Amino acid sequence: MQERLKQKALELLENGTADRILGWKIGEFFYDLTPAVFKTRQEIQEEFVYSPFAGANLSKYLIAESRKGGKVAVFLKPCDSYSFTQLLKEHRIWRENVYVVGVQCGGMCDMEKLRAKGCEGVLSVGEDGENIVVETLYGTNVFPRAELLEDRCITCKSKKVVTFDELIGEQGTELESDRFSQVAQLEAMTSQERFAFWQKELSRCIRCNACRNVCPACSCEKCVFDNPGSGVRNKAAADSFEESLFHIIRAFHVTGRCTDCGECSRVCPQNIPLHLLNRKMIKDMNELYGTYQAGADPDTKPPLTDFTLDDEEPSIVHTRGGQ
Amino acid sequence: MKKIAISKLNDLFSAISKEKVLYIPADDGANQARFTPWQEGLTLTDKLNTVRSAKDLFFPQVENLVNFKNSGKAIQIIENRTEPQPFVLFGVRACDCRSFDILDRVFLSDPVDTFYKTRREQGVVITLACNRPTETCFCGVFGIDGADPQGDVTCWMDEAALYWRANTEKGEALTAALPMLTDCAEEAIDPIAAKIRSILSKLPLNDLDLTGFNRDRMMELFNSPQWEDLSQSCLGCGTCTFVCPTCQCYDVQDFDDGQQVRRFRCWDSCMFSDFTMMAHGTNRPTQKERFRQRFMHKLSYFPNNNDGIFGCVGCGRCLQKCPIHMHIVKVAKALKEDLK
Amino acid sequence: MSVNNEFQPTIVAFCCNWCSYAGADLSGTNRLQYPANVKIIRIPCSCRLNPMFILRAFQRGADGVILCGCHPGDCHYTTGNYYARRRMTLLFSMLDYLGIERDRTRVEWVSAAEGAKFAATMNDFAATIHKLGPNRRLEDLRCRKD
Repeated sequence: MQERLKQKALELLENGTADRILGWKIGEFFYDLTPAVFKTRQEIQEEFVYSPFAGANLSKYLIAESRKGGKVAVFLKPCDSYSFTQLLKEHRIWRENVYVVGVQCGGMCDMEKLRAKGCEGVLSVGEDGENIVVETLYGTNVFPRAELLEDRCITCKSKKVVTFDELIGEQGTELESDRFSQVAQLEAMTSQERFAFWQKELSRCIRCNACRNVCPACSCEKCVFDNPGSGVRNKAAADSFEESLFHIIRAFHVTGRCTDCGECSRVCPQNIPLHLLNRKMIKDMNELYGTYQAGADPDTKPPLTDFTLDDEEPSIVHTRGGQ
Repeated sequence: MKKIAISKLNDLFSAISKEKVLYIPADDGANQARFTPWQEGLTLTDKLNTVRSAKDLFFPQVENLVNFKNSGKAIQIIENRTEPQPFVLFGVRACDCRSFDILDRVFLSDPVDTFYKTRREQGVVITLACNRPTETCFCGVFGIDGADPQGDVTCWMDEAALYWRANTEKGEALTAALPMLTDCAEEAIDPIAAKIRSILSKLPLNDLDLTGFNRDRMMELFNSPQWEDLSQSCLGCGTCTFVCPTCQCYDVQDFDDGQQVRRFRCWDSCMFSDFTMMAHGTNRPTQKERFRQRFMHKLSYFPNNNDGIFGCVGCGRCLQKCPIHMHIVKVAKALKEDLK
Repeated sequence: MSVNNEFQPTIVAFCCNWCSYAGADLSGTNRLQYPANVKIIRIPCSCRLNPMFILRAFQRGADGVILCGCHPGDCHYTTGNYYARRRMTLLFSMLDYLGIERDRTRVEWVSAAEGAKFAATMNDFAATIHKLGPNRRLEDLRCRKD
């Protein structure tokens, strides 16, 4: 796969389709890839990587990149393409300056999972059929690839590349996933249990803002939480209220625009399952206002900018979920 | 040199916590370790290091400074400072232990930060040699020895025993209060240290070369054309700064709770857009400048002002946690190209 | 807030300018009783209610927050309350998901002619919050008035 992408990148650069390529750049190790813009043949040949560790969603970079003039080619995995389409819908990306190459994705691997298996000092990985072979300072380990998949990939919602100019690999389809099962578990708890659950999770928040800054739906020029005049700017996490405030407002602000790409949970340095907040909103919208997938197409009206005369009253909250 | 059987570790922790509050690195249920106050039943983590560094205990993320209240035309100042209780910090790694030297240079030089100073005085640091260094470790680059860390007490562990060596008066005093530690030969730790050193010598980042990052090359580095490329994918989050054991910038903020104003300080990050934003409104305008500030501070400004000591200890946290993996090793290696 | 050690809930009522605020006025001119600790904040339309307002009210000591607007179909701006309805449904659902008591938040449609409904709603809401006790799950400890 990596070679096909590399060849494509070179081809697009050389036939003038694009004057730069947005992709993933090699790191010190096999897993620390950085999103980067490649401008020369040499850079692509030496530094372009596409591997099971290319988890970073490149679509948000296109907000800035598409405004720089010239044409940028980008590789988008299926879930990245949902974010991309959603950003198009919000008129955040200048489509005419972007050439999209859709790439099929077999699910991305999670270094945290590798470390959780006690794998320290990892030096290289190889693929052996469905197994991942890990060389470490302390010996060789073999794990089934499925065990190293990121959580968001285990419950992958779609292998379909929504928007593309050309496609590498087969076009996929939307999948039946049980991505709402954890939400349903939480809903079935008592209010007190849910409160305890979220207090425990959110109390780890260090207010680094990584979830917000990586989020393709969080594309405000200036966030209310960065605005000293808003009265809610806080870097402090001085009180548990502030963590709740930040995460409630953030989740609510991306409601109807969140494509469930899972970047928030991937980047959280404290392993807070932030996607569970967004998924709750998606599940609610699906159940109350009809199935809606943000980023699935450029036209459908999102539930929060729409209404029907016989929508449920807010008091419906009393009759849904657990106690 | 003292020792105690691993099976008696609980007794040791119990005895220490009778004297002082004891923090040990323990799993927090989210697949990561953090320094946690010891209580019966809490066990040491298997993880190499905590996600949040040991600086938290001396320089917490949020610290109350003082409260104010308006009464008529007078402002009433309400002291709300609480003096920290004596505590023991067990299981600090060599890198984090060195970070205290760096923080000391900032907070204990004039004007002395008394909040930090009291915590340093009240805290006893027990370090633990790193049996299983990982690929992101590069403390050796800064002359730190993971097989023989500093601290008030240094510990080594193997399957059978914990070895204990007091290094300072504070360490001696603590040792004296722990009769369950038995004497043993100095050489007992040699095989452990040798094993660790053999792994340390194989670490992939050992080749990081930081020579030449000195004062006369500072402007050259500052003006490097590479900052543009290096910073282009930076998200501007504060992950690197907040997990970093040596980042020490803070912001002082006021919170009006409706009755009084609470002045507190909290960690700040040079990666944030409102960092050092003042009335002029023109702090570092783009992520390039913010990004450059962080790495120039660690690799150039800090050593220039502090006898060549880098503002990095090679703990590898930012290597593991940066969402886009643009970390100090990549930056240092790229800048090194400019210096050739 | 407490009087003689008995809990007196602080309630913030966001009222739309065109219907509910006038409804509150009417209940006043009709001398209908509702608790004095209901603090009314007038907003141009129920749709103006930013979720942040609700959370900030809780932060600053509210024990319950209620939104009153024109009946669906009667919005001064034609459709504002329809959007508000969806937003509040989702927001309340999220608060519930985070373990905040469901009874602490409410939406009620009160027209300018419904002075009696306004008073009855406030009495009922105040009684509910009174039973629920002080807001502890979504409070800012720094703002606690003891």
